[in-house]
Amino acid sequence: MRPKLTLLSDEIIARILAEAYELLLKPGIKVQNEEARELLIREGVVIDPETHVAQIPAPLVQRALESVPREFYLYDYDGNPVVHYGGDSVHFDPGSSGIAMLNPDTLEHETTETEHLVRLLKVAEQISQYDAQSTAVICHDVPKDIQDSYRLYLALLYSKKPIVTGAFTNKTVQEMIDMLSLFAGSPEAAREKPRAIFDVCPAPPLIWSNFGAGNLVQLARAGIPAEIVSVPLAGAAAPVTMLGTVTQHTAECLAGITIHQLANPGAPIVWGGAAAIFDMKKGATPMGAIETAMLDCSYAQVAKTLGMPTHTYLGATDSKLVDAQAGLESGISAMVGALSGINMISGSGMLDFLACHSAEKLVIDAEGIAMAKRMIGGVKQHTDTLATGFYDDKINFKGGDFLKQKITMKLFREEQHLPSDIIDRNSTRQWKEAGSLDAFGRAKVRVKELLASYSRPELDSDQIARLHSYMLDLAKKAGIEELPRLEDYEPA
Amino acid sequence: MSEELEALFKDMAQSIIDGDSDISVELAKKSIEMNIPPLDAITKGFVVGVNYIGDQFGAGEAFLPELVMAGEAMKAAVATLEPELIKLGEARETMGRVVLATVEGDIHEIGKTLVGTMLSASGFEVTDLGVDQPADKIIGKAIEIDASLIGMSALLTTTMVRQREVIEEMDKEGLRPKIKVMVGGAPITRDWATKIKADGYSEDAVGAVKLAKELVGKADA
Repeated sequence: MRPKLTLLSDEIIARILAEAYELLLKPGIKVQNEEARELLIREGVVIDPETHVAQIPAPLVQRALESVPREFYLYDYDGNPVVHYGGDSVHFDPGSSGIAMLNPDTLEHETTETEHLVRLLKVAEQISQYDAQSTAVICHDVPKDIQDSYRLYLALLYSKKPIVTGAFTNKTVQEMIDMLSLFAGSPEAAREKPRAIFDVCPAPPLIWSNFGAGNLVQLARAGIPAEIVSVPLAGAAAPVTMLGTVTQHTAECLAGITIHQLANPGAPIVWGGAAAIFDMKKGATPMGAIETAMLDCSYAQVAKTLGMPTHTYLGATDSKLVDAQAGLESGISAMVGALSGINMISGSGMLDFLACHSAEKLVIDAEGIAMAKRMIGGVKQHTDTLATGFYDDKINFKGGDFLKQKITMKLFREEQHLPSDIIDRNSTRQWKEAGSLDAFGRAKVRVKELLASYSRPELDSDQIARLHSYMLDLAKKAGIEELPRLEDYEPA
Repeated sequence: MSEELEALFKDMAQSIIDGDSDISVELAKKSIEMNIPPLDAITKGFVVGVNYIGDQFGAGEAFLPELVMAGEAMKAAVATLEPELIKLGEARETMGRVVLATVEGDIHEIGKTLVGTMLSASGFEVTDLGVDQPADKIIGKAIEIDASLIGMSALLTTTMVRQREVIEEMDKEGLRPKIKVMVGGAPITRDWATKIKADGYSEDAVGAVKLAKELVGKADA
């Protein structure tokens, strides 16, 4: 039996949906993108020409929910379906769009550049708990106009895994779609076996901005998967109650799906978010708060009622260091996400309200993810009798009896998750001999090992050349003649 | 001061502390009926409550909803007294005019709105332009209303650079030091504020009020 966490009754979910449909009519949804408004107006939706507030009727939303795919895959470089968006599949990826990275020696939060993102990509590439990469940090050593496409370019060069990414403008989303098409060989190839998914955010409360809605429309038309990241902040940009916030989240997602499906029925889209409570003392948005995890579990339940693929932001911490707070917030919230059956859980590796990344935290978080995945593996029945069959004639009533059984050797790997050296199960003597390190100290060692053992993926040289030349072209338009030098690659 | 008057001022302060606009408005009306000078009602009554809740917040004893509601109750009370002030030709001494905006490309404004509420509650005349505001709009409004202060917020590191653009533009037009600039937002640090030559920066709304008063030369008010 697979364990599952549910926080809402069927009756409450029905009421959330009913009230979300009411919100779509009153107060309505502010749609700040002209193309999106035109799509809605063509269907007879009433939109105030001054305020751009649209009253989106239920039948139109329901039509969108009928055309939207219930499941789809993201593929790795070799064309294998790796990430399954749908059902109760659970995957993890590092958090996205950090602006700083923890220097493990000085403990400074350094402004991120190319080298930082490359380091994170190399580490995540070798950790099996991460089924996808993310464009984890912004590279401040390239101009602003190419900061989003440049991250995708690096991920394509340093990884074979699927990629969770996102654009910063309506212009650059098209450039990134073109980059994926160019890399895949054609727009059809990029659509048929999508390598990347794009996060797209509405603005709470109940706003689809020019940029957010514009991205939805363009991604739908290209057939490249979109992931709605609705970010209601309970108590500030959404109602203070969890149920109120989940209802607003529902309305924002329903409106987004409607716009998206009107642009191209059947295009893949995910019901996701980074909901959080609003801290009333600090004015902060704590990603490690238990209520944040509870909001995510709740909205995922709503999504599952509609049969939608799901995403959330968990496994992160608000601590500034990879410390005990980081461990408990990240571990507990990753567990909640996994038990909620959320398809893609982003956030691992991140500190400081998603602002700062850490490679050391990524390797520690992988252990929390492994525990969460073991948990949802559940308690299984492997043998006909549960216990009596283990007690044969050779039982001596001694502690080591079961170590001698063949079935122990056969099954222990299935029954037990074998942690990496990040988890300390040494004797005190062994631990002292190994340098008396804490988890962070062990993680520093592990990151160094992973960086040393990394070898860049074997990619087709024509593909690399196409990618380099496209990126260089964008860079020149943005005002620089050369891209930063890359480890493992000849200059473009 | 009569006991009755003292009790009224105390109730006024309490209505702000409780964040109760209905009661603060009612007390403002009562003070008009009692022929209490409206300026006294503000400075001896309501402002005491605002200062108290600000101090409590600074000490970690009060929370943001209490701060915001206190600001709203203050605004409502002052709005009630305003016609009376005008009638008496006795405008409340303004602390200064402030233009607030979230910079271009950024739509995050919870913190900035909070600063606006606290500044108005503290006697500033606040024009809040909202989000996604380009430099020319911010500067144009400041000139139009003869502002002494511009406050800019940004939540994203990708947009915080816009704060520098506004300041550079102001310098180019020779608008400083007549108009002072303060900056804020999650990624903003004192270093950043210094680097872009802002006149000041604050971590939170209560600090922003203190800073604003200093910048307009009324730190003791």
